[in-house]
Amino acid sequence: MATSAPVHAHAAPQGFIRKYVFSLDHKIIGLQYYFLALVAVFVGMFLSLLMRIHLIWPTAVLPLVGEIKPETYLSLLTMHGTIMVFFVLTTAPQSGFGNYFLPIQIGAPDMAFPVLNMLSFWTTFVAFVILVSAFFVSGGAPLHGWTGYAPLSALQNAGPGQQLGADLWITSIAIFCVASLMGALNFITTTLDLRCKGMTMMRMPLTCWAWFVTAILGLLAFGVLLSAGILLLLDRNLGTSFYVPLVVVNGQVMRHRGGSPLLWQHLFWFFGHPEVYIAILPGMGVTSQLLSTFSRKPIFGYKAMVYAIMGIGILGFVVWGHHMFMSGMSPYSAFAFSIMTMLIGVPSAIKTFNWLGTIHNGRVRFYTPMLFAIGFVSLFVSGGLSGPFLAQPVLDIPLHDTYFVVGHFHLIMGVAAIFGIFAGTYYWFPKMFGRMMNESLGRVHFVITLIGTYAIFMPMHYLGMAGQTRRYSQFTEVQYMTHLIPLQTFMTYAAFITIAAQLIFLFNLFWSMFKGEKASDNPWHATTLEWTTTTPPPHDNFGGHTPAVYHGPYEYSVPGAAKDYLMQNDPAGVAAH
Amino acid sequence: MGLALLLIIWLITFISTYFFVAQTWWLPHGVSAAAPWIDHQFALTYVLMGIVFVAAQCGLGWLVWKHRDGASNKPVQYSHGNTTLEIVWTTLTAILFVGLNLMGSHVWANERFEPAAAGAVPVEVTGMQFAWYFRYPGPDGKYGRTDAKLMDPSAGNEAALGLDTSDPAAKDDVVTGTLYLPVGRQVDLTLRAVDVIHSFFVPSLRFKQDTVPGLAIHMHITPTEIGEYEIACAELCGLGHYKMHGMVHVVSQEDFDKWLAAREAEKQ
Amino acid sequence: MASFSPTVPVSVPATGHGGGSVPPSYGGGGGGSGDGYPDYGRRLRRARLGLAVALAPILMFFVSLVSAYIVRKGLPTFDEKTNTYVREWNSVELPLALLLVNTGLLAASSISAEFARRQITRQAALAPVRSIPGVSLGNEAGVPWLYVTVLLGAGFLVGQWLAWQELAARGFYLATNAGSSFVYLMTAAHGIHLAGGALVLLYAAVVSLFHKPIEARRIVVDVTAWYWHFMFLLWVGIFGFLWFMR
Repeated sequence: MATSAPVHAHAAPQGFIRKYVFSLDHKIIGLQYYFLALVAVFVGMFLSLLMRIHLIWPTAVLPLVGEIKPETYLSLLTMHGTIMVFFVLTTAPQSGFGNYFLPIQIGAPDMAFPVLNMLSFWTTFVAFVILVSAFFVSGGAPLHGWTGYAPLSALQNAGPGQQLGADLWITSIAIFCVASLMGALNFITTTLDLRCKGMTMMRMPLTCWAWFVTAILGLLAFGVLLSAGILLLLDRNLGTSFYVPLVVVNGQVMRHRGGSPLLWQHLFWFFGHPEVYIAILPGMGVTSQLLSTFSRKPIFGYKAMVYAIMGIGILGFVVWGHHMFMSGMSPYSAFAFSIMTMLIGVPSAIKTFNWLGTIHNGRVRFYTPMLFAIGFVSLFVSGGLSGPFLAQPVLDIPLHDTYFVVGHFHLIMGVAAIFGIFAGTYYWFPKMFGRMMNESLGRVHFVITLIGTYAIFMPMHYLGMAGQTRRYSQFTEVQYMTHLIPLQTFMTYAAFITIAAQLIFLFNLFWSMFKGEKASDNPWHATTLEWTTTTPPPHDNFGGHTPAVYHGPYEYSVPGAAKDYLMQNDPAGVAAH
Repeated sequence: MGLALLLIIWLITFISTYFFVAQTWWLPHGVSAAAPWIDHQFALTYVLMGIVFVAAQCGLGWLVWKHRDGASNKPVQYSHGNTTLEIVWTTLTAILFVGLNLMGSHVWANERFEPAAAGAVPVEVTGMQFAWYFRYPGPDGKYGRTDAKLMDPSAGNEAALGLDTSDPAAKDDVVTGTLYLPVGRQVDLTLRAVDVIHSFFVPSLRFKQDTVPGLAIHMHITPTEIGEYEIACAELCGLGHYKMHGMVHVVSQEDFDKWLAAREAEKQ
Repeated sequence: MASFSPTVPVSVPATGHGGGSVPPSYGGGGGGSGDGYPDYGRRLRRARLGLAVALAPILMFFVSLVSAYIVRKGLPTFDEKTNTYVREWNSVELPLALLLVNTGLLAASSISAEFARRQITRQAALAPVRSIPGVSLGNEAGVPWLYVTVLLGAGFLVGQWLAWQELAARGFYLATNAGSSFVYLMTAAHGIHLAGGALVLLYAAVVSLFHKPIEARRIVVDVTAWYWHFMFLLWVGIFGFLWFMR
């Protein structure tokens, strides 16, 4: 017979290494990504703490770290941005939760390519190690910002940290690109090919749609970043002139000729803009899921939400020039990019209206996941509404490269997207670990973090309007900035409190794994497929059988039904779609 | 918890909005011809976005409180949405956003689509790690040749730019570390950079433009008030980025001519 | 330990590696391994889908290089000596004859890859028949198309290396000018991707000696053959671009 022994059986592995280290199980891999992101976020937060301290006390000598010189500050901010954007915001919401729950939510026993999945995690891990190693080599970490603009990033003598540190930075990102592409491949194939019976695309939970479109964004964007990085490595080390024209650094005429610094910006931002949508879309999916679940009401406008996710994805590829209004790019291009950028505000607004519409006439239960979902909406509104300022080139003139921009992207990425991660954690913790996280600690964490992050990042808008430029290691040299220092001081104190509050989360997370109240299979009375299986799910997710799905994912409070929720695999009840 | 959420969200909204309305920290007084237009568009944007901000946040806070579980025994409204409403608010949002952009576009066109008018004062701005230099082409109106091999940043001014003094056009070029401009006249700026990308940012003039190696970017501004205004570098350029600042002195035409003549005389 | 999935012994591997066939929704159990063909057919389709998805970022990578080339070629740079913009672009003297020979080798390898693909498809289809005792299907050796492909592919890569030598002899190194930088980079990137495909084909060829199931090998060869065809078309695109846009 063609198949003798089941060569491709995915029986549960034995032994610690096969089970937890080189696991092929998407659930373990998801947790590996999540914990990598957890380590990364605390490293990134520590870096930002050092930054905030230095800005207010530039001459302070800190324990462990010593004195922070201007170039050290710049390498702190470079590594902070790089770690947060890549290893937290691209990792936890997509590779962490997506790996764990995409297969289960579509009724599959695993991802399409489990070996590739395992490889993609370990490649990400290697990329992280290489990145962090930049701190410890001679010259230290690079100082060119997470955006790495050439020629600063392309010239080894343009500043301290720009030798081996910068090469390691580029190498790490290049490896991360490869890892992400492997992951994207898995997510897309899984979504298209492994959905169980009855799970049509339009019956998928919005989390799955978000992971799917995010993976497509990654698939098309990371290849471009990889090429940009390779060109940069060549310029730095092998004398090519892709990005560097004739330049003189410290009186030394360099050998480059004819390159274009704007070329780097185009390539980088062609990736960089989809990247920020990669960071936010999964959080939007989680928010939709949670608002519906905890209002006991179907999501308002499921189809519109799907089209909005797609719209954001597609438009996300044609707006990259809005990062370049001041760059020397053609002003006509700037006009075109700005129209597209205003248009991308439309699907985002649709989503916001629909979230509000979901809560309206619902029955809101304030469990911690819901609190973070509500917080996500508030922060998304705040961070999003500074977008229309920056989208207009003429307003970008005073605002570009000021703290206004820093406030904008921190509210959206550094807080809203993080709230999406928190929301997902509190929501799915019972399914992953079999226990509930502590509600009281969760509430305290939520309130302090919500108020604290607003206190840190809302003032940045005022600073930006007043002309406070970004990436300044101190504010003492420019006269008009000195009166802004008290506001910066306030932000630093707010940062102390907010960062301290994250320790509550950390404690809650680990303590609850061992001592939390035991969870039932469906503690939230939710409808999607992960809540139909045991807690935690068995190795093949559904205990030897494959579910079948009969209706959409958000059938709450169906009139005439016995319970206020109808699970997707429940054949009884109104077939809404 | 519903009430707590409402109060927190509303408080955050009102406190943030207060500082916007009170303009406690705000754009500096604008002193260029473009400033009133830019500020007008800015005001339009922040009023409209402010209304949306307050409405959305207060709406969120109110909704979560009003529809909290236990507030009433009304059954949950089972609904998958309302297509008409979707179309309405999508269209309105698109009109608002695109309309806002189009309204500001003529200001952008004025600033950037047209070159400087004839008779504008020519000045070249050069950024390098970590100082700004300004070059006036002198009576012949032509910028002389610069040569990378002649650049010596430690010597300052002409030498920092690598001015090739064997070029006749370069003989009357004046290079300074402070930018002097006559009030009320359009200035034809040529922006250059020597090593990495810098950005010439003068908040009071509502002017910003990246200076890019390999490019000579032409921009124009018209200062409208006499005074001294600070320049801050607005593109990360290395460890000295935070102290790469300079000054713009806007003076009367008379004072400007006197100053320039004095600089020319020094060169002899 | 509640933290990770407990090891639930699954008596029958109802779900193949990566999903496999989906048993009926009710009553679960069994399924999958009884009949290999739906299982492998499904897996072949999934592998082909995976390949199609994987080709998108590879294409984006080369599209990115192509657009960087176009930008770089058309972009003038400010010349301080003349205070004007000048366009410095010098053509690279590509060793056309050698590159045409390489293209021919790669074309031939694409043909042999296709033969290899069809050969193993036939072998996989006939495998159950072959296993019936007493049935003989005649000569089963056939041309070793997989090895032929690997050889021709290796020939192409050697030819590319020789082309680089020729470029260097003509004075074009990586950093000589923008055009030469792109020539080396794009041919190297293509070569690396092709070498990867050649290694996979070699693996598929060698592994046949260890009696892995023919269906599994068929999937590997099928997907890699399609990848190979894509690499050939990509090469034609790159070569044509570098030649006509020099």
